[in-house]
Amino acid sequence: MHVPDGFFDAPTSIATGLIAAGAVGFSLQRANREIRETGPALAGLTAAFVFAVQMVNFPVGAGTSGHLLGGALAAALVGPWTAVLVMSTVLLVQGLLFADGGLTALGTNITLMGVVTVIVGYFVTRALLKALPKRVGSVVPATTVGALISVPVAALCFTGLYVIGGAVDIPLGKLATAMVGWHILVGLGEAVITAAVLSAVVATRPDLVYAARHLQADLVLVDADGNTSTVSPDKPIAAKPAGRSFGVGVAATLLVAGVVSLFASAHPDGLEFVGAKLGFESAAKDSAVAGSPLADYGVSGIGNSQVSGALAGIIGVLVTIAVGLAIAKIASLRSSARAEQTDLMQS
Amino acid sequence: MSGSAGDGLLVVVDSRIHRLPAQVKIVALFVFVLAVVSTPAGVFWAFALYAVLLAACVALAKLPVATVMRRLAVETPFLVFALVLPFVATGPQIDVLGVSVSESGILGSWNVLAKGTLGVVAAIVLSASTAPRELLAGLERLRLPSTLVAILSFMIRYLSVVSDDLHRMRIARESRGYAGGRAGHLKAVAGGVGALFVRSFERGERVHLAMQSRGYTGRMPQLATSGAARNQWLEGLTISLLAVLIAVTARVASL
Repeated sequence: MHVPDGFFDAPTSIATGLIAAGAVGFSLQRANREIRETGPALAGLTAAFVFAVQMVNFPVGAGTSGHLLGGALAAALVGPWTAVLVMSTVLLVQGLLFADGGLTALGTNITLMGVVTVIVGYFVTRALLKALPKRVGSVVPATTVGALISVPVAALCFTGLYVIGGAVDIPLGKLATAMVGWHILVGLGEAVITAAVLSAVVATRPDLVYAARHLQADLVLVDADGNTSTVSPDKPIAAKPAGRSFGVGVAATLLVAGVVSLFASAHPDGLEFVGAKLGFESAAKDSAVAGSPLADYGVSGIGNSQVSGALAGIIGVLVTIAVGLAIAKIASLRSSARAEQTDLMQS
Repeated sequence: MSGSAGDGLLVVVDSRIHRLPAQVKIVALFVFVLAVVSTPAGVFWAFALYAVLLAACVALAKLPVATVMRRLAVETPFLVFALVLPFVATGPQIDVLGVSVSESGILGSWNVLAKGTLGVVAAIVLSASTAPRELLAGLERLRLPSTLVAILSFMIRYLSVVSDDLHRMRIARESRGYAGGRAGHLKAVAGGVGALFVRSFERGERVHLAMQSRGYTGRMPQLATSGAARNQWLEGLTISLLAVLIAVTARVASL
C-alpha cells in the first residue's frame, strides 16, 4: 500500500505533502493537551505497537490472511488526533529507517494511510456510537464499520490522486472499480481484525479505549450504612465543540462523496465505455498534467458527472482543510508559543 | 526481526557517507529524489546517469550490494502494478511479441519502475548509513516539531521491545497449538495483539511517570551540540546537485 517515489508527479506529491503537513500540525495542536498529560512515551509506544502489528498476519478466512493498516483501530484506541500523529510517525519511520514508501511520496502516504483512514474511521465510529446502545461494548461494531469504510475511502482518494497526478491514462471507471473493489475486500479483512483486536482490549482494559471513554458505566458505591452513591469515571479531555463539528463535516463530505461514487462505479460497463473514449483523447493530447492539477482534472476527469463530482468533492474538502489548517496554524503559533513559555516557567 | 528492529537497516561500517551529519543526508536524499521524480520519463539517459550516481553512493558508503538488492523487495507491490499498466492503459496500441499493449502504458510502467527503484535505493543508502538516533537528531535540526521528535524517539527506542514482546507472545500462542493458519485461530492471534496494545499502553504510562520523576520537561538533552559545517553540507549535497543538473538538462532537452 506504500506509494513509492515517482508514482505521482511532483505537483501532486508536493500538494499532498502540504496537506499531510497541515493535518499533522493541526493534530499536534489538538493532541497537545493529551500529550502534555500522558507524555510522548505513550504515543511513541502506540506507534511501535502499530508498526509491530502491521507485520502480524491474521487469518481472515477462506485460507487467506491479511495484515492491519490500523488507522481506524488506532483512532478508536487513542483518539483521532494522537492517532494521526501515531500513523504519521509509523510512516515516517518506515520511509526513513526501512526505505518503505518513497520520501517524496511521504506526504501522499501520510494523507492516505495516516489521515484519511484515521479521520474516516473515527468519525464513522463516533456517528455509529450515537445510534448504538450506550455501552462500552458498542465500540466494537462501531469501529468495525469504521475500519471497513476507511479502507475503500482511502483507495478512492488514491484513485482521485491518480487522476490528478498519475503518469499514465487509465480509464477512471476501470481504476476506481478495481481499486475500490479490491479494497472493499481489504477493508473486510481490516474490519475483522479490528473487531477481534478491539474486543480483546475491551475485555481486559475497557478504560483504555478512547472512543468509549464517555460510555463507561458509573461506579456505584455502597457505604456501611447501605447508602449508595455514584461516581463518574474520569471524563476524557473534552474536545472543543467547534473542532468536533468541523471534523464531522469533513467526514460527512468525504463519506457522501465516497458513497456516491461507489454507487456510480457499480456500473462499470457504461463507465468503461466513456472512460475508454475519453482516455483515448487525453492520451493523444500528451499527459501535460503538471500545469494546473485541478483544471486538468476537470478536463481529463472522465465525463461521468457522479464520479468526477465525488472526486472533486473529496479533493475540494482536502484542499480546503489544508488552507484552513495553514491559517489556523499561523494564527495560533504565537499564542501556543506563549503558552509553552508560561508552562516551562511554571514547571 | 527480534533485537534488530530498533536499529532500522543500519549497516555498521565506517565510510564518508556514514560520517556525514544526518540532516545533510536527509536534505540530500530529498533533493535527489525530487530531481529524479521531476525528470520526464522519456529521457532515458538521465535515468542511467542517476543510476551511476547512486551506484557511486552505494560504493562510497561501502554497502554490500547483495543487501541493497535484498532490501529492494519492499517495492514488490508496485512492481506488480507497473507490470499491469501496459495492459490496462488506453492510448495508441503497439504490438510486443504478438500482444497488443498500450504505448503510454509501457512508458508509464517504465516511469514507475525507474523512479520507484531509484527512490528506494537512495532511501536504502540513507537508512543503511545512519543510525536511528542520528536520524532523530537530524530531524530535530531540521525543525521537525519537538512533540513529533519525542514521539518518534520513543517509538524507535521501544520498537525492539514491542517487537520482542510480540515475538514471545507468538511463541506462547503457537505452543498452545494456535499456529495462526486457520480462521479459527483468529481469536487467539487477535487476543495476543489486544494484549500487546494493553502492555504497550501501560509501558508508555510507566515510562512517562519514570521520566517525569527524573525531571523530563518534554525535550531530551542534546548530546551532539554542533551543527553541520559548511564543507559537510557541500560534500553531502554534491551528488544531489549533480542530480538536479541532470534533471534540468533532461527537462530542457525534452522540450
